[in-house]
Amino acid sequence: MNHPNKEKYMRLQGLIIKEFLQIRRDPSSLGIAFAMPVFLLLLFGYGVSLDAKHVPVGIVLEKISPEARSFSAAFEHSEYFVSIHFANMKLAQQALEARKISAIIRLRSNFNRQLYSHESAPIQVIVDGVDANTARLISGYIQGTWNQWLIQFAAQRGISLTQPIMLEQRIWYNSAVRSRNFLVPGLIAVIMTLIGALLTALVMAREWERGTLEALIATPVSVTEILLGKLIPYYLLGMGGMLLSIAMAVFLFQVPLLGSLWVLLITGTLFMLVALGMGLVISIAAKNQFVAGQIAIIITFLPAFIMSGFIFDIDSMPPAIQSITYLIAARYFVAILQTVFLAGNVWGIIIPNALALLFMALFFFALALRRMPRRLE
Amino acid sequence: MWSRIYALLIKEFLNLLKDKKSRFVLIGPPIFQLFVFGYAATYDLNQVPIAIYNEDTSIASRDLIAKFNGTPTFKEVLRISYHEQIAPALDNKDVLMVVHIGQHFSRDLLLAQHPAKVQILLDGRNSNTAQIALGYAQTVLSDFNIQWAKQHKLSLPPAKLEVRAWFNPNLESRWFIVPGIVGLLTLVVTVIVTALSVAREREQGTFDQLLVTPLSPLEILIGKAIPGLVIGVIESSFIILMAVLWFKVPLVGSLVPLYIGIILFVFAVIGIGLMISSLAVTQQQGLLGAFLFIVPAVILSGYATPIANMPPLVQDLTLINPLRYFLIILRGVFLEGLSVSQLLDQYWPMLLIGILNLGMAGWLFRRRMY
Amino acid sequence: MSHSSAEAIFALELQAVNKQFSSGSRSVNALRSVSLTIDKGAVVGLVGPDGAGKTTLLRLTAGLLLPDTGTITVFGHNCTDQLADVHRLIGYMPQRFGLYEDLSVAENLKLYADLHGVSHSVREQRFQALMSMTGLAAFTERLAGQLSGGMKQKLGLACTLLSQPALLLLDEPSVGVDPVSRRELWSIIEHQVKANDMTVLLSTAYLDEAERCSDVILLDEGHILAHNSPAAFKQSMQGQSYRLSSPSLSNRNLQNKLSGQSDVIDAVIQGDKVRVISANKDLATLPLFNAEFEGIRIEATAPRLEDAFIALLRAQHPLTATQAISPNVKTTTVINDATVIKVEGVDRWFGNFQAVKKLNFSVNRGEIFGLLGANGAGKTTTFRMLCGLLPVSNGQLSVAGVDLSKAAAKARARIGYMSQKFSLYEHLSVLQNLNFFSSAYGLRNAQRKNRIQWALQQFELEAEKNTNSGDLPLGYKQRLAMACALMHEPEILFLDEPTSGVDPLARREFWNRTNQLAASGVTVLVTTHFMEEAEYCDRLLIMREGDILTSGTPAEIKQQVRSVDLPEPTMEDAFIQLVEAKIS
Repeated sequence: MNHPNKEKYMRLQGLIIKEFLQIRRDPSSLGIAFAMPVFLLLLFGYGVSLDAKHVPVGIVLEKISPEARSFSAAFEHSEYFVSIHFANMKLAQQALEARKISAIIRLRSNFNRQLYSHESAPIQVIVDGVDANTARLISGYIQGTWNQWLIQFAAQRGISLTQPIMLEQRIWYNSAVRSRNFLVPGLIAVIMTLIGALLTALVMAREWERGTLEALIATPVSVTEILLGKLIPYYLLGMGGMLLSIAMAVFLFQVPLLGSLWVLLITGTLFMLVALGMGLVISIAAKNQFVAGQIAIIITFLPAFIMSGFIFDIDSMPPAIQSITYLIAARYFVAILQTVFLAGNVWGIIIPNALALLFMALFFFALALRRMPRRLE
Repeated sequence: MWSRIYALLIKEFLNLLKDKKSRFVLIGPPIFQLFVFGYAATYDLNQVPIAIYNEDTSIASRDLIAKFNGTPTFKEVLRISYHEQIAPALDNKDVLMVVHIGQHFSRDLLLAQHPAKVQILLDGRNSNTAQIALGYAQTVLSDFNIQWAKQHKLSLPPAKLEVRAWFNPNLESRWFIVPGIVGLLTLVVTVIVTALSVAREREQGTFDQLLVTPLSPLEILIGKAIPGLVIGVIESSFIILMAVLWFKVPLVGSLVPLYIGIILFVFAVIGIGLMISSLAVTQQQGLLGAFLFIVPAVILSGYATPIANMPPLVQDLTLINPLRYFLIILRGVFLEGLSVSQLLDQYWPMLLIGILNLGMAGWLFRRRMY
Repeated sequence: MSHSSAEAIFALELQAVNKQFSSGSRSVNALRSVSLTIDKGAVVGLVGPDGAGKTTLLRLTAGLLLPDTGTITVFGHNCTDQLADVHRLIGYMPQRFGLYEDLSVAENLKLYADLHGVSHSVREQRFQALMSMTGLAAFTERLAGQLSGGMKQKLGLACTLLSQPALLLLDEPSVGVDPVSRRELWSIIEHQVKANDMTVLLSTAYLDEAERCSDVILLDEGHILAHNSPAAFKQSMQGQSYRLSSPSLSNRNLQNKLSGQSDVIDAVIQGDKVRVISANKDLATLPLFNAEFEGIRIEATAPRLEDAFIALLRAQHPLTATQAISPNVKTTTVINDATVIKVEGVDRWFGNFQAVKKLNFSVNRGEIFGLLGANGAGKTTTFRMLCGLLPVSNGQLSVAGVDLSKAAAKARARIGYMSQKFSLYEHLSVLQNLNFFSSAYGLRNAQRKNRIQWALQQFELEAEKNTNSGDLPLGYKQRLAMACALMHEPEILFLDEPTSGVDPLARREFWNRTNQLAASGVTVLVTTHFMEEAEYCDRLLIMREGDILTSGTPAEIKQQVRSVDLPEPTMEDAFIQLVEAKIS
């Protein structure tokens, strides 16, 4: 009793050991902390891709000619397409409706004649517009293939191809335009939200539900110690999850890591603190695992998924939704993650986003500390 | 038998609807998700910030810039005056794209010896966004080309593409995403309702109380399945209504093929929910089980990313996912107006999955009764 | 230890403490101007009906709640603003013991040692002392969640005792604990009080426990009804306690007739006699004994604390007509010899663990049959097998003449079951619960309506019929649970610890109803940890480690332990001696 600091340290140590023992014994905590990240990474790494390849296209050549053949050969040789020939438009349309093909390219019977006339020969292209995003990518690919064919066609016949402007494209940072390269780093933010907010909210609510908190607050333990006792174990768990995810991203999914690991770890710490703080605040408000779980999923996990810029572009959202995204911590961290992985240590991105995270972390901790009850009421 | 099942149903509905928490689960998250997904989940680009670096001060280059600014896709937020400004603008995500018009642009254009070059620099961190922006830029340029060729009586290229999108002429992502939400939310609500129902009774001890009554396992199973079915159908009807009235997605087809799909889908999903239910002892386990099923089911359904882009093995895996078929039905009926006969290939797998799942759930139920 | 401030005279002092709770539109005065003092070294028992404010008082003292008005001081430290000092002085064990069920015994102890800042130098020695005292030494590696109810409570107590608190606060430490563990809990508490100069404040529903305290506080509806030593309580009842027996009436009938009488405050069955508290000093002179009571034998007996408790509370809460006696009870005793439950060579295995070993017994129609045993003796397993909630591993089991393995549903239509948690649909109202259970049992139309009407009236639930069952007080929940189990007029009623945590008044009411049911021919199977309730049974079966330890009538079982030292053993004496004899 003569060494209050020593006692404080002893209490905190006791709480942390307790938490780790509980994590080890509870399969659902372990599941959320380790199995879920691996599961999500594998699912996203392998299952989710926005890169269309081998798109089945129907080609209808109404009149076979060497020109038409060379045109369809351009599609046959492209790695983007798998071309299927149809005898007439009707059959092709049926195939489109039955989802056997994603687009139809039709050269009418007068294609050859028009090709050598003054008018441009129209090539009819129909894409299945149900999936608008894919449709747009496919029509882009078709355009590119057509363009190449045109240049080749002109060169073979010695025709000067009048093209007033030519586009010269350079895609920076992810020049291979692999969707995995931005999905996997973004997923790290989602996984850390899961460990930080959901797990913390659940375990804290469990203490309320099982009545263990009642016994806990009747001991000399202070509120700060209880909060730290939750924070430190789940911080370590969350950083473990982050390192695991980074390792999987780099070694398994071959995502380039151009920036430094230190920047990731430091900003990851900030983000983890925000997630933990939110988890604590939720559980203090809910005091019940079921409700805490629901709230955590709705206000942390889903927004991290949808409104963080992880998949969907924030700038394209309606202004009202855009302003909501400023309240979502994952937004800042996703920006940092995608940048550090693909563009390197760009301080102009890292610093403002890290500051936003720091501010949010402080806010949630202050809130948790204020709202954490010292008594049962 | 039916009067007992009726009593079970009344009890089940009262228990679900009188409790503030479970009422909230049925109403709160779905509405929230509907709006978040409906508005935030879009691949369409809108008012994307771009920078213009124009080294050529001719009317032609100004025309071109006006074309970029004239589309709703792009919004010029930055005018660059020297080369060193490009990198920071892209690095710091101030702009997604830089349109660079070189100083020889108008000269090349007027001489028409070789094409004038316009350089487009893109932030590829989100490769999907980059590719779509590039597609839009391409369209802007080819429009300009055709216009220029016509104005200056230049010969037109020998062939041109006439691209038309069926079923969704303006390629609006929302038309694709919102019908998908019907499937997504119906899945979530139905699974949660059924997966937690037995666990909740186990925790409260009322399950034992049920088991000592003359109710048979089959009756209890039916008593648990029907509320899921009713709630699933109501939930999807509500979202369909919102999709049509609020999000203005056209409903081209008729309701008959749609509702056959909804009932078969909910039927298949209830089986999964009840399987989770008979295995879970606590509500937390039930929730975790539901989560473990829902996440892959959504990701591997074609909801947000096309199944065709997945590796072949994963594509085969999606065949056992009822949501895969339901999404095709939803989008098919909404946008394409498919009929019952055209959707038979989607109906029977769901029916099969449903029968297998419910059979399994019934078997597990009997075994896990004690 | 120098934890008490110099001027503090009392271990605990409450001055005009008020505490109000509001839930929704209703507000409850949990405590109304309560003032009390507790001396250092006292062991004080807190008793009273459900909702009297016992838990609130303990939580206020532990600093977990703030009083609306008034002050609470622990050894001179104010619970409002000197919370840290108070927490250093107290050890508090909440009703749900606050153990981490996924931590082992040793890990729980270590955690509480850390939290209370018990230094490493004394820790080991205290661990060992507490472990040997609680008999948990062999189980240090076992998870707390896998301990029996009795062991959990002992571990909870050990955790609170680690810091050797000056004031020990225990909230119903013995709920759901068997008599042997209960006795052990008490010897630990008493040893600690002596060895470490501890002050104890504990709440309990067991009045025989309260008798072991140095002081008893009786709370009712937030008021202190009385605060005295047990001896003084008993003294006030001198000459009012009697034991009656009649050659012509069965004890159950005698009790039934007596409890309707105006001068009788209380009548309960105690073995083959009926224990009566008389409102007047001399029972024998009362005019109530008419021809019906021909040949009645009346003997005066020493008053118990429970007598005083009942007398004081009855003055506040007079009996209602239905609680006292039911008009339609059949007075003829229906003990025919038809066997309604037959258990032959029943085994039950859980993996490698045999919970029930070759069990054989039978129960006759109209009997009240008690199933007793220490925590973990296999009672619950047996019970669940009888209700058809658990299949048997081996052996034959017939209930109401139906083989459970073949026609469980048919047997279930003829039994009623009430679990110890009073499992009801919390979000459904009383009426909705009754509606559901009556339909689940296949009642329809007029019959259903009649039974629901009967239940509302018989169990006095009419006024609460639209209240959600989750919002009912415990006593009402118990009544509703019983009503639900009786909707289909079952032949056999299974009651699993039906009175656990219920106060003595509600217990009496419950047993009156059960007696009436038995008298009308319903067979009742009951488990309980209240040994006085075992006396209400016609026959008993005591189990130990899955085996039958002994069986017979209460008198026969008590007879087994009668000796010169113990001429009149209570059921509790008999139970403990029999269980412990088997161990040694």
